[in-house]
Order: sequence, then structure tokens, then C-alpha cells
Amino acid sequence: MQQLADRLIDTGFLQGLPRGLGYVIVVALFAFLMLNFIMLVAGVTSWLERRVWARIQSRIGPNRVGPQGSIQWLADGIKNIMKEDIVPSAADAPLFRFAPYLAMMGFFGAFAVVPFGDGLIVADINIGVLYVSAVTALVVVGILMAGWSSNNKWALLGGIRSAAQIISYEIPAALAVLTVVLFTGTLSMQGIIRAQGWAPWNWFLFHNPFTFVAFFLFFVSALAEGNRTPFDLPEAESELVAGAFTEYSGLRSLLFFLVEWGNLYLIGAICTTLFLGGWQVPAFTDSGLVLGLAQVLTFFLKAYFLVFVAMWVRGTLPRVRVDQLMTLCWKYLVPIAFVNMILAAFFAAILPNGSIFVKAGMCVFGLGLAVHFFQRVLFHLRRAKPELHLSPIV
Amino acid sequence: MDADGIHRALREKFAGAVDPDWVAGEWPIVTVGSASVAEVCRLLRDEPALGFDCLSNLSGVDRKDDDRIEVWYHLLSYRHRHQVALRTTTPRLDPVLPTVSHLWPIANWLERECWDLLGVRFVDHPDLRRLLMPEDWVGHPLRKDFVEPDEYHGISTRRESLLKL
Amino acid sequence: MSHAIDIDLHREGPGGLETEEMTLNMGPQHPSTHGVLRFVVKADGEVMRRAIPDIGYLHRSIEKIAEKVGYHGFMPYTDRVDYVSAMQCNQGWAMACEKLAGIEVPRRGEYCRVIASEFGRIASHLISVGATGMDMGAITPFTHAIREREYINDILEELCGARLTFNYMRIGGCAWDLPPGFAKRAIAYLDRFEPLIDEYDELISFNKIYVERLANVAPITPERAISWNLVGPNLRGSGVRYDVRRDVPYSAYPEFEFDVPVGTGERGTLGDCYDRYMVRMREIRQSCRILRQALEGIPAGPVVAKVPRTFKPAPGAVHVRVEASRGDMGWFAVSDGTAFPVRVHIRTGSYAAMAAIEELSKGLMIADLVAVIASLDIVAPEVDR
Repeated sequence: MQQLADRLIDTGFLQGLPRGLGYVIVVALFAFLMLNFIMLVAGVTSWLERRVWARIQSRIGPNRVGPQGSIQWLADGIKNIMKEDIVPSAADAPLFRFAPYLAMMGFFGAFAVVPFGDGLIVADINIGVLYVSAVTALVVVGILMAGWSSNNKWALLGGIRSAAQIISYEIPAALAVLTVVLFTGTLSMQGIIRAQGWAPWNWFLFHNPFTFVAFFLFFVSALAEGNRTPFDLPEAESELVAGAFTEYSGLRSLLFFLVEWGNLYLIGAICTTLFLGGWQVPAFTDSGLVLGLAQVLTFFLKAYFLVFVAMWVRGTLPRVRVDQLMTLCWKYLVPIAFVNMILAAFFAAILPNGSIFVKAGMCVFGLGLAVHFFQRVLFHLRRAKPELHLSPIV
Repeated sequence: MDADGIHRALREKFAGAVDPDWVAGEWPIVTVGSASVAEVCRLLRDEPALGFDCLSNLSGVDRKDDDRIEVWYHLLSYRHRHQVALRTTTPRLDPVLPTVSHLWPIANWLERECWDLLGVRFVDHPDLRRLLMPEDWVGHPLRKDFVEPDEYHGISTRRESLLKL
Repeated sequence: MSHAIDIDLHREGPGGLETEEMTLNMGPQHPSTHGVLRFVVKADGEVMRRAIPDIGYLHRSIEKIAEKVGYHGFMPYTDRVDYVSAMQCNQGWAMACEKLAGIEVPRRGEYCRVIASEFGRIASHLISVGATGMDMGAITPFTHAIREREYINDILEELCGARLTFNYMRIGGCAWDLPPGFAKRAIAYLDRFEPLIDEYDELISFNKIYVERLANVAPITPERAISWNLVGPNLRGSGVRYDVRRDVPYSAYPEFEFDVPVGTGERGTLGDCYDRYMVRMREIRQSCRILRQALEGIPAGPVVAKVPRTFKPAPGAVHVRVEASRGDMGWFAVSDGTAFPVRVHIRTGSYAAMAAIEELSKGLMIADLVAVIASLDIVAPEVDR
């Protein structure tokens, strides 16, 4: 993005401005564009979640506002903005007002390093993945602040549960990321993608068994960090109404929910970057524009597939209790992640360039898993006699 | 054990308190004096041949005409699969009965309900306060002469009759 | 091997840190508790010291209303005693009145009652297992269960015109006979429904997370269950094989063959939440069995006996027990020869379960309290009447 800024200042619109001011303007412009994009994505994710969730529960989901209910999220957003902004009288007002923005900052900041295409990244800093881990920790502070400042015992419980959960699950997530970084030698997002190829056998997912395990570790930890079922105890509807966000109404609560849905997309994006080859497409055309579009589309679809899987998991699994959650993290995920990383380090030392046999073996294994999965789906579909008098198309 | 046997066992120990007559039926009804209800119940629960391990129901009946409040204890035995109903009466003006909540934990709530709705005071009950009605309610609603107060916390209870005759 | 955490809440922590007890208020409006219930929870962080139930929010003085409306007029009110499974409440009151007056119900009427009651039992258990799933966080089983319950509501709507508060039974039998073709449609529904119970089982009953949430939580020994007067699936989940339909047979139940499932501690301790949940799942299958037998063998004849318009039974007191979905429901009716009962007292299964929660909740976590309430299948209208 720096080159783009330089070009604009030297030759384009911002000719003649002092360089610093020019940079600020360009950055502000990009931030504005990115913010809009993210809000759009979060809104569409919320619509998709409601439809997917509803189909899993043999319902339909929103289908009135717009074709197939596709602008339901816009209607909900407008409704929320128009609602009264209630600040409880006993609440700590400055913290209460600031908490949603802090959570937004934490979540939004991570999008500065999400690579949408070759060169289509706001800032390709050389510690990209580490930066994401660090910045998303601000969300914890935001939630904790929300829970505390609401002056509501249930909100406090929810906030503390959430903080404990996110902090605990940072560790297996970071270890899984490090497992991948062992093979790329760089923390930068674009660097990690460039170390992979467009074909599935060149993805890190199938590179060796340890990154395969790391993928699942990372996905589960990311679900826990995003407060998604089966780890959504902090906002367990049956117990705590809405957890840390109980007292929020109007725009502030909308921001919290947008953070949650946008986080889903962020999880998908990071997983895609690390394990699924990112935006890599085969070079099928000379036109830079078409190639760029194809890359963006690929990245988007891959990230959204993982978002879909997260929604699917939410519709299927029950909630894990707090102590079971902690047990899972500290007694199972952390040791597995450590062992995984050490073994991956051995692998990287012995076979620094990877091994075609291992890759092929992992691909075959992955294919076998996929085939087994589809067989079970077919078996259940045949046996279950579903009632398809409603069109299954979303 | 059949109903006759139960009645005989009770008469042996509590000749003064237990009525000589008993009513046969699915629930044989034994009439007991109000002061000795707790001891009779203890015998019924603890005696191995009787073994009434469950208090199925405890209901109060307001017999306004007799000026008494009748309390029924329906006892079940899961061990021996027999059952008995105890009937006791107490004066309406100041109804007092010994508690059986130390014998069967469910009696705690059943007696609280009886107190709440009928005004029967259970001696030695660990926590005799209102159960269904609000804590600051006045009166015992199931009594035949209960008159609904005109208002409660400022909310009027007077309503237009739904029957337009 | 109970799950309760044994900690001393008065102890000073390391470094002289004193921990304080937090008083939380759960309800009366709450997405989880089954109806309008309130718990005052004294907790130390996540672990509860006690959960004190506060009931009475749904008290509608149904028992006093009985003294005003008379025997016939009370029938619609009995639906509201437990509106999740209203047919059995109708049956309880009808049986109490019939016992008072010595009326015998014709055989076809008894069969109609059994069919209605068993459909009501399946519908109620579907809500119970669905709500348990929902409280655990799995929303999908709940919507599947409600979908099946809608079909049962359709069938019962054919029978009596209502989907929730049926008012189907009368003193002396049932209000209306089965419509033509009912047996065929009902059996077609059962054919469709029974395989779906297996699907349901696969979805949630053996799911590891679900089992972990319910197994070893709040186990109740058989002796405690009996002394607390827990009934129905709560009692059978603790291993006591007692079912009013089998042990104190009434209506047409002696003519049917069915099993009485009990809990065996299969995934944890005997009498834990998982046992109670599995007992309900198995009871659904047994109800299907009874329904098939009843629908196929229903005799011809009238469905209701002749009962005078003004019902004045002989003076006396009866205590009748029916096996409602939530357990043995005791109907105590006292008459004095007039057209209005002197006293009606309904002792329901959820009442005792609510009373037991205070003892059960010691040492559990707050998330477990929800599991316990769901597994004891407490509905507020039964507790408060």
C-alpha cells in the first residue's frame, strides 16, 4: 500500500501535499473503505448464519426482507441504530460507552494485514501473524470492560468467563501458528501464502501430518476465541441472557454483534492464509485485473467455507461447561500443540524442503476423509426421509 | 400389610390418639388426634413392617360448618406397596399441628403451602413462611371466609363482573 | 462419584484473600428456566452454595376456583394445571369425580382416554428433551422436537379442536368420539415418528459434549428420591421401577403391554441428569407401543357414561393418582353433597422437584443448575397452580 500512496502523492490526486499528510489521507481512505467492507461482510455473514442455522433446524430463516431475506441484516442494523441508547444509571458510564469501540478497534485492527490478493493488502508487515494475535487481544479488554462497567453480576460473570476463555485459547492458537511458521521462515501473511501453491497438495494443510493437526488445533482455538459454540458459554443464552452484553442496546450492542460475526470471517481468513493456500490461483490469464479478481474470489470463497463450517458446528453441538472448557484447553490442547510443534520442528530440520511422498500421503488421507464424510452424509440422507417440500437452496 | 394390620399396629402404640374406626378403600382412612400426628408418622415411617417412606400428599380442608380444619396425610410405601391416609382435625380459630418435615423432606413445602393458604401453623417447622402468595400478603386465601383485599400495593382488585346478567 | 465440588466457602484463600459470596438473581424472566420461576443463587464465583427457589409467580388459585365453578365447570381449568401435557390432567380430575360418584366409564371411552393421554405424554416428553438440549446449547434438537410435536398437535386437534388446552375429557368419559379415519392417520404418524427417535438419539443423546454436561451431575439416590417424593421419570431415573400405570392400574392400562424404563447409571452415576433424560427418551418409545395397541384394539360402544347435568356426588374424599408426564399427579377431591367441591388439591410432580432443587444445588456450578432444572422437567404452572 505504501507504493500506492507514494504514486498517488507523486503523480496523482494528492500532488503537492507534504508527504506525511498524504500518507495520513491515504491511510484514512483505506481504513474507511475497509471498515465499510467489513461491516458489509459482517452483515452478510449474519444473514448467512441465520439462514444456515435455520435450515439445520428445519426452519426457513429470514425470507421476507429482500429476495430470500438478503437485506434482513440491513433492516436489523437500521433498527438497532434507531434504538434508544440506554446507559444504566449505576453503570460506569465512560467505560460502558467506550467498551464496544475498544472491541471494534481490536477486531478491526487485524484487518490491516488480511491479504485479499497478491498486493491487495493494506500493510504487509513482516510480523503479520503475530500482529493479528496481539491486536485481537484488545477484544478481550473490550468484553471485560463491558462486563465490569455494566454493574450487573451476570454481565460480570459473562465477561470474566469470556476473558478466561480467550486468554487460555490464545496459547494453542499461537502454537499452531508457530507450527506453520516453522516451514515458511517468515511471519508475514503474504510470505506465508507465497510459500504455498494453488493446488491442494501445495497447501500447508497437506504438507505434513503436523500442520494437518495444527489446522484443527487452530480452528478449534479460533472458535473458542470468537466465543462460538461449542464455546459460547460467555453469551450462553439460557443462562446469562447475553453475557457481558446484557445491558447494551442500540448501536453499541450492534457493534458487539458485528464484532462477533466479523470475527468469524477473520478466523476464516487467517485459517485460509495459514493452511489453505490463501489467494493462490493458477496463472490462467495474462490480464492482471482478471487474475486479481480471481484471487480475491478464491480467498473469499475459502474463508467463507470455513465460516460456513463454524456455523454448521454452532447448529449441531451443545455448549461446553466452563470447567470442561478449561480442561480441554489446558489438559488437552496445550500439550498436543506443544508436542505437535516439537515434532514439526524435527520434521523441518530433517526435510527442510518438504517431501513429495509425505505431501502425497497426506493428500490421499485427506481425500479418504472427505470420501468417508460424504458417504456418511449420503447414508443419513437416505435413511432420514427428509421433507424437501421447501427448496433447500439458501 | 393390609389396612387392618396397619390400623391395628397404630392402635397398639397410640390407643388414645388413633380412632377405633377406620374407613376401607383404596386409601384406608385412619383418624388421628392432632397432637400425636408426628409420633404416629414416625412410627409409620420407621417401623420396618410398615415402612411408609413417602408422603404423597398433605392437604388441608376448611370445614367452616364444623368450625374445624381437617388435614389429610396420604402416605405411600414403595417398599411394601401399601398406602394409608391419615385424617386429623384442628380448631379453625388457631390451627396448630406438629410438623413432619423432619421425617419426609417434602413436607417442608407441603406444610408451608398449608400455612400459606389455610393458616395452619406447624410447630417446629424450620422455615414456616409463605410459599405461593407474596411475602406481605394478608389473610389465608383458601379459607371459606377469605375476603380479597381491595388493593395490593396500589393495584385495585375490583373488577367488573364478567357475567352480565 | 458425584460431580459436586467440595469446597469450604468460609476459608481464607492463600495470602489472606477473603472470598465473598455473591448473590445472584435468576429469573423470573429468563430464557432458560421453564416458565416463570425465580432462583436466588448464592454463589462463590461459578460454584453455587445454594439455589433457593422462589415460586408463586404463576399462582392462579386454580384450587379455589374449583370451589366456585363446580365439578363439570372445572374441567377446562385442569388443562391449565400443566398445559404442556394437558390430557392427563383432564383424566385425573375426571377420575376423581367418577370415584366420588361411583360412575363407570365405558370401555371405548377408556381407550379414547388412553390414546389421548399417551399422545400427550409423547408431546410433553418431546418438549422436555428438546428443552434440555436447548438449555445445553444445542438448539437444533429443540426445533426438531417441536416439529414433531406440531404433528401430534394436529392429530389432537382432529380429536378435540384444540392444540394446547384440550378440554377433551368429561366426567364419565370423553367429549367426542374418534373422527373417522383417525386410527389410520395416527398409526401413519407413528410409523413416521418412531425412526425419527433414533435420529434424535444419534443427534444428541450420545454426543460427547452433551453426555459430559449431564452425566454425574446431581445424582439422586433412590432413597433420597423417595423421601423427596420425586415421581415419574425423576424417580425412575434413580432406579426405582414404579409407574402408576403399572402398579396402581387405572383406566384401560391393564390391557396393554409396555415396559417401564429405569435409569441404570449407564454413562455416569445412577440417578444423574443423563439417566433422567434417557428415561424420558425410552418412555416415548413405550408410549408409541401403547398407542399402537390401543388404536388397533379399540372396542365399539359409547364414549361417555350418562352423568347428570348438575353433578352432586355423595359426600366423601378421594385421592386419585394418574401417571402424568411429570410423574404421579395426585388429585384430592372432597365433596359434601352439593354441586361444588369443598376442596380440590393437586399434588404435581414438578412441585417436589422444585423443592428438591435447594438441596441438590449445593456444590454445583451455575451452568449445572440449568441442567438440573431441565432434567427434572419442571414446568412452572404445575408448581404454582
